[in-house]
Amino acid sequence: MALTTTDARVPGGAPAAETGAPRPPRRQHPLLRYISLRFGISILLVWGVTVVTFVVTNLVPTDPVNAVLGEQAANNPEIVAALRTEMGLDEPLIVQYWLYLTRLLAFDMGVSAQTRSPVADDLARAFPATLELALFVLLFSTVIGVGLGMLAALRHQTAVDKTIRVLSLFGISLPVFWIAMLIYYVFFYQLHWAPGSGRLDSALVPPPLVTGMYTIDSLVAGQPDLFWNALSHLVLPAVVLTLFTIGTLVRFSRSAILDVVRHDYVQAARAKGLPHRIVVVRYILRGASLPILTMSGLTFGSLLSGAVLTESVFSWHGLGQYAYMAAISLDLQAIMGVGLLIGVVYIFTNFAVDLLCGLIDPRVRVQ
Amino acid sequence: MSNTRVTVPGRKRLMRVPDAWKNPLAISGTVIVVLWLLVTVFAPWLAPFDPLAQESARLLAPNGTNWFGTDALGRDVFSRVIAGTRTSIPVAMILVVISLLFGTVLGAVAGFLGTAVDEVIMRVTDVVLAFPSIILAMVIAAALGPSLMNAVIALLLVSWPQYTRISRSLVISLRSSEFVIAGRLMGSGVFTSLRRDIAPNVASPMLVLAAADFGSAILLLSGLSFLGLGAVPPAPEWGSMVSDGTSNFSAWWIAAFPGLAIFTIVVGVNFMGDAMRDALDPRSNGRLS
Repeated sequence: MALTTTDARVPGGAPAAETGAPRPPRRQHPLLRYISLRFGISILLVWGVTVVTFVVTNLVPTDPVNAVLGEQAANNPEIVAALRTEMGLDEPLIVQYWLYLTRLLAFDMGVSAQTRSPVADDLARAFPATLELALFVLLFSTVIGVGLGMLAALRHQTAVDKTIRVLSLFGISLPVFWIAMLIYYVFFYQLHWAPGSGRLDSALVPPPLVTGMYTIDSLVAGQPDLFWNALSHLVLPAVVLTLFTIGTLVRFSRSAILDVVRHDYVQAARAKGLPHRIVVVRYILRGASLPILTMSGLTFGSLLSGAVLTESVFSWHGLGQYAYMAAISLDLQAIMGVGLLIGVVYIFTNFAVDLLCGLIDPRVRVQ
Repeated sequence: MSNTRVTVPGRKRLMRVPDAWKNPLAISGTVIVVLWLLVTVFAPWLAPFDPLAQESARLLAPNGTNWFGTDALGRDVFSRVIAGTRTSIPVAMILVVISLLFGTVLGAVAGFLGTAVDEVIMRVTDVVLAFPSIILAMVIAAALGPSLMNAVIALLLVSWPQYTRISRSLVISLRSSEFVIAGRLMGSGVFTSLRRDIAPNVASPMLVLAAADFGSAILLLSGLSFLGLGAVPPAPEWGSMVSDGTSNFSAWWIAAFPGLAIFTIVVGVNFMGDAMRDALDPRSNGRLS
């Protein structure tokens, strides 16, 4: 993330793009046009995601009526018919989709069969927990991953590069649910170095709700003890997810930086005697910032996938554990809710990344 | 082999190093994968016990008879890991081959025809790629109901678009190249042109992609099984064996060994894939040809 701050100073490019275009009278600032285009695409994608979840829901071989009713009621044709009408199941698919969409717009994702509460409420409760974890991991893995990738690229073809390359291959080959269990077993069960499960020690009361992220809420409430406890609980799952994402980040930033290093302007900077640090920070990192930023956005998506496979091991009450419980008990409404939420979050993360790319590099907007 | 990519001019010494150190990666990867393939073929003869039989004491730690210990039902973990090869490896192979073929052909058609066909196909890939793949696979597998077959269907539905994307961009860059245009001018139809001129040039980068994807197919499949949406319980499948371990943390061997099996084969595949990528360098292939 340090990258974005060093590069956010560049928008000197924005006025330049404006003054550079007096010839064809443009109505809109290119950045604005770029943002609205990207936003439009994101909205279309979200719509596409709802179509997918709707189609998938309708693939289900079991009758949704039976899922709602008890066995006795399901044998009563009148009740079944009434419910079918109420649920809109008599309507043509297009109308059903419309009903589905309007319900979604009102944040109505149905009721979880397992928790017996609205899926939207469950998700609202679970999401901050996962977000907290994901943000920490994103920070760690970007800093470490880009650092290692840069080290490997700058020491191209040396022992350092080879070692990092093999380690990153190990990283991308890890089954994340397995490494989660190993780390849990070793560092909690055997060594007791870190607290095992949950987001806080069970005796503690969560801080007053602000963001739902305990580390932030505890600081807001001025409870440092709670903050350290929440942080200690965060460590093991964060390490697991960092191991899970870092391999890809290292490989990607290594190749992005290798691409930049080959450019003449880097050679020129070196040739005119600029200090190594300046060449790396101002020339190489800046040149590689766009692909690295894009990669971080994708990493966020894979973090959410990783969370689905690891949270249950640590009893981390986030989206992942919710999805795991929903999956093993075949709670379809809840699974669809998780799928939709993650899809939408992923799309808007990529939108945010596109936006940052547009801010950093004026060339991106003109396309 | 890869002298086309000399990066640092004026340092001759470096030119010989890559080939020398790439080989260990390729060799160790190949050895690991071949060993696993042999285990897959000879699984019934290698497993000392019936992977489904509950014949030993429960939760035995690894010992001379039960090398990897026994699980909560008294089944031999070593035999189950061995038997598990016959699920994960062939299924992942089938998955990769089908999505490779389907995705590549679809991408080639989209790239070659352009216009509305291209537009429709690409928008569908956009939507599928809007989900992280395990999430969409989870949603589909849950809707279809838990079974190995349904997990495979779910993974097929999420894994073709990446091939479509890449094959489309390869075909677009090839489409306007002179030898393809010459072929068209000499009267080749769409499919003749695709088959004779374009396919041979798309094949090698796509195969590299598929090789690397084999590892992630195994990871995804075991992930779905871990979630209980893949192989159904008594069947020996690595992901669901790891999941069995979650209820018996003290018996670390239940989860550790099947997970190690997944890890080693995926490492082997990724070592091979990485070496192959270096050898073929599909990125420059795609742009330059």
